[in-house]
Amino acid sequence: MSSAHVTPGTVPGPKLAAHFASLEVQKHAARLGMWLFLATEILLFAGLFACYASYRFLFPEAWAASSRSLDLTMGTINTVVLITSSFTAAMAVHYAKEGKNKMVGHMFVLTLLMAIGFLVIKFFEYKHKFHIGTLPGRYYFYEGIQLPGAPLYFTVYFASTALHALHVVIGMTVLAFSTVRAYRVGDFNANNYTAVELGSMYWHLVDLVWIFLFPMLYLV
Amino acid sequence: MSDLANQFLFLPERASTFAERVDFLHYFVVGTTMVMSAGVGLAALFMFFRYRRREAHQTTEYVVPDLKTEFLFVSVPLVFFLAWFAIGFRDFTWYTTPPKDSMDVYVMGKQWMWKFSYPEGPNGVNVLHVPAHRPVRLLITSRDVIHSFYVPSFRIKMDALPGRYTQAWFEATKPGTYQVLCTEYCGLSHSKMLAEVVVLAPEDYENWLKEQQRGRLQDRQDALADTSLVPPAARMSEQGQKLVGSQGCLGCHSVDGSKHIGPTFLGMYERTEKLQDGQDIRVDEAYITQSMMDPGAHIVAGYQNVMPTYQGKLQGPESAAIVEYIKSLRTANVRESASEGPAYDPIQ
Amino acid sequence: MTPSSSIAAPGAVVPGHEATDDHGHHPSYLTDGTTVKSWLLTVDHKRIGIMYMVWVLLFFLVGGIFAMLLRIELLTPGPTIMDAMTYNRVFTLHGIVMIFLFMIPAIPSIFGNFLLPLMLGAKDVAFPRLNLLSLYVYLAGAGFALWGMLNGGLDTGWTFYTPYSAHTTTTVAPVLFGAFIIGFSSILTGMNFIVTTHTMRAPGITWFKMPLMVWALYATSCIQVLATPVIGLLLLLVTAENLFSLGMFDVARGGDPVLFQHLFWFYSHPAVYIMVLPAFGVMSEIVATFSRKNIFGYRAVAYSSVGIAFVGFFAWGHHMFVSGQSTFNAGVFGVLSMLVGVFTAIKVFNWVGTVYKGAVEFSTPFAYFCGFLFFTVFGGMTGIAVATVSLDVPWHDTYFVVAHFHFIMVGATIMAFLAALHYWFPKMFGKMYHEGWGLVSAALIILGFNATFIPQFLLGNAGMPRRYYEYPERFQALNVASTAGASLLAFGFIIIAVYLTYALIYGERVDNPWNSKGYEWLTASPPPTHNFIGPQPTYPEEPHFYVDPNTGKGEVSDV
Repeated sequence: MSSAHVTPGTVPGPKLAAHFASLEVQKHAARLGMWLFLATEILLFAGLFACYASYRFLFPEAWAASSRSLDLTMGTINTVVLITSSFTAAMAVHYAKEGKNKMVGHMFVLTLLMAIGFLVIKFFEYKHKFHIGTLPGRYYFYEGIQLPGAPLYFTVYFASTALHALHVVIGMTVLAFSTVRAYRVGDFNANNYTAVELGSMYWHLVDLVWIFLFPMLYLV
Repeated sequence: MSDLANQFLFLPERASTFAERVDFLHYFVVGTTMVMSAGVGLAALFMFFRYRRREAHQTTEYVVPDLKTEFLFVSVPLVFFLAWFAIGFRDFTWYTTPPKDSMDVYVMGKQWMWKFSYPEGPNGVNVLHVPAHRPVRLLITSRDVIHSFYVPSFRIKMDALPGRYTQAWFEATKPGTYQVLCTEYCGLSHSKMLAEVVVLAPEDYENWLKEQQRGRLQDRQDALADTSLVPPAARMSEQGQKLVGSQGCLGCHSVDGSKHIGPTFLGMYERTEKLQDGQDIRVDEAYITQSMMDPGAHIVAGYQNVMPTYQGKLQGPESAAIVEYIKSLRTANVRESASEGPAYDPIQ
Repeated sequence: MTPSSSIAAPGAVVPGHEATDDHGHHPSYLTDGTTVKSWLLTVDHKRIGIMYMVWVLLFFLVGGIFAMLLRIELLTPGPTIMDAMTYNRVFTLHGIVMIFLFMIPAIPSIFGNFLLPLMLGAKDVAFPRLNLLSLYVYLAGAGFALWGMLNGGLDTGWTFYTPYSAHTTTTVAPVLFGAFIIGFSSILTGMNFIVTTHTMRAPGITWFKMPLMVWALYATSCIQVLATPVIGLLLLLVTAENLFSLGMFDVARGGDPVLFQHLFWFYSHPAVYIMVLPAFGVMSEIVATFSRKNIFGYRAVAYSSVGIAFVGFFAWGHHMFVSGQSTFNAGVFGVLSMLVGVFTAIKVFNWVGTVYKGAVEFSTPFAYFCGFLFFTVFGGMTGIAVATVSLDVPWHDTYFVVAHFHFIMVGATIMAFLAALHYWFPKMFGKMYHEGWGLVSAALIILGFNATFIPQFLLGNAGMPRRYYEYPERFQALNVASTAGASLLAFGFIIIAVYLTYALIYGERVDNPWNSKGYEWLTASPPPTHNFIGPQPTYPEEPHFYVDPNTGKGEVSDV
């Protein structure tokens, strides 16, 4: 549904929908709707965080050992990549307000490239895990950690990172629409940047979730 | 007085110390609920009549409650609710803290039977023997899915969770036989996962315990003894008849020819059955024994693979006795009548 | 929801809310475009509400048929009309259909969609296209669930408790996935309602001048938005567990089935309030209309809706008193559950207070209000009883609990649903039904409901566990009584279906048969496409203001 936020239009300026009282109200409504949507996303991950917390409490050693088996370098690089991409997304909003549509497009392209980079690094991490056998549940065959609870760690690891990766892909789709609109239509300006703003808010959420996942999975 | 109330509320017999506490609160809560509901209802009825509409576009006075009224609306229910909670929580704490001198029994639920074992004594399937007037702590677990151990007459219940032990305790107040039900949905035969608690007077319990220990010894000696000492078949089928009751076979297999979860024992021996894979099999000693130990090996068409294995639960002579019992149920012509529903017979 | 994308779906009417036709009268939303396409692709909240009504009623019928099958099966202690496996599937499907496909969308999606903008003086909800999307998402989810049911169905109970749901060989995945999709629909509707309430109120309608139905819908939407994602995630995890054995809740791999229960009830307890809060809202409107009185203690009723929504999030543990959680947890959850009771009590007292010095007209919606009052008081009080920790020990998972939740969340909700259907029937269609038949069926349904579930309270007392295919013979008498009651109930519903269908076609043309002063009645019945013709009505000081204009509010008499 998120893609509905940024459907490219053909009208050069912001248009007031008939059922809203004013443009202000309309913008306020769009923003409020997005905040609510982001709240639901946070709660979606909150369920996984709850699983993480209770199992970590049950199997502290296995979880510490499993956590150390992850590739911290790749995780850190990914974190840096994602935070930077969040910065470029924020810059896109800044340029949209100034009406510099070309820069909006450039910024989003940078964001998208970093997103692809993130996914590629993630792919190599996954590939390594499939190779050595640190897999969820009954697929686990890693000899290195034989503590009870270790397969469970990888269940949570795969569930949360896969769900996050899905969000990265959704976010990329959303941003891609805005990018095309910025290049082709170029109608973003000080009065009309809601699409950029909402897309970028969603991207910040994707980043924020990772900022929670990274220390949870890699560091502690 | 409380007997009358129990009948009115359809409460079962009260047979534990916890039941007495629970029932007292039950009366208090239900009584207040009735009075309050009647009060609200009557007030409403009175007002419906008193303030009925007299003309179509009638105007009314503007009435709003003052703070005092609203305070009353909040505080009166709150006081009652908290009072109930305080009593209820006190009793619950009492229920979750077994006394130090209580006797332990391990309870294991599995699809679809209850197994009881005593640290120093005999095991039992679907029948739990306990002495009266002595706290008994149940350490409950499950081997497969979640079950829940419920004895209505004791008013106790506790979930049986796989992989961990929960505990519940009770002190039975009078000898008798009380039904155990499973209250957590656990699959096909959830409603047939019945067992019973036999409460014995303390001295009867001691006797029972001694007998059980002797019985086990007997079994062990039997197992070692020469095969020529095996008792005659007639005696064995009697023994088998007891076993099918105590091992829970009758939960799924009938002995009157009616179709149940499993095939009926009546006329089963020497019958030719069609298997799921289309093959025919003649029911003989080997097939019956195999079906007890590895139930999924050959399933008769029209039945599901739901029987638990009895491997390790039946000793050699016991499974032989069951085979003998089934053999004794041979009939010339098999009656295929509709089920008359499960008959709940006390075991033993 | 960019500015350019908020309206104007294909097939929708021209945005121009002052359109009148040449003859000087306006077309209503029902006559404005009569093609199938104009319905299927509409963004009009009223048409979406009506479409929801068609589907939701259909699923109510399906769930009702399951219920009747269950009751017939339970007539005898042994097998009656089906085998154990079928029975287990039927009670599961009864729960799933009734909860996910009927009760959760019933009042918010039908009456909420239809009325929220009317009550706020808005031309539509904030995101009309999302609104339509939520309908189709709902249907997609329902389609998945139905497909799963036809492909064998599942036998886990609607609670999907692990480890059973992870191991059962029945078709779990499509139904769970269907429920997951329906969750999205619920979230979309909730978001839409919250934003609408915040941004679309007409000039003059401040927060404390909103009709109480709006307050109830607002509180409901907050729960929908905050709780549904958690069950969504959980349903996905269980589906994965069932398909791939990932071990998240599998004991053999260290998983904890009780964690599943915590997450499940974190949604499913608030979900109870998703079902019952809109019912409270409906009843606040109806009691005011039929007593011709302003609501006694408006703020108390409004705040208590929000209070229930808030406290409802912290009471989930009372479903697990005997699941081995600690005594301390049980105490905390027990005491928090009591607060829900207090908030409900506030509402009940204020409704009864509204009748005081009023002018009561005893018509069909009011008859349902009486039934509702009884079910809420009795269902609510038995709720307090089961939250009284020690009493829950014998009652947990018995028919007492079944009867309790059928009283409060089904009884109260069905009463409100039927009351709303009768009260707003003239608003929706501009037609009037036969009042006499209305009262007869209301009496039948209220009696039937009591006859069905009061025996079940007693069955629970006697110790009959829920989800039992066969039962010891001593429970038979009460089960037969319950089935008899259920037949009465079914009969009542059939009567309603007949006379409402008749009224839809031949009913007398009416505009505001109740002379109600709720905000939604300030526009024509049925309303025009954009809700108002010409300038917006000016909203009176508050909804349901029946004071004599000559004397005015004057001296406010305190009680």
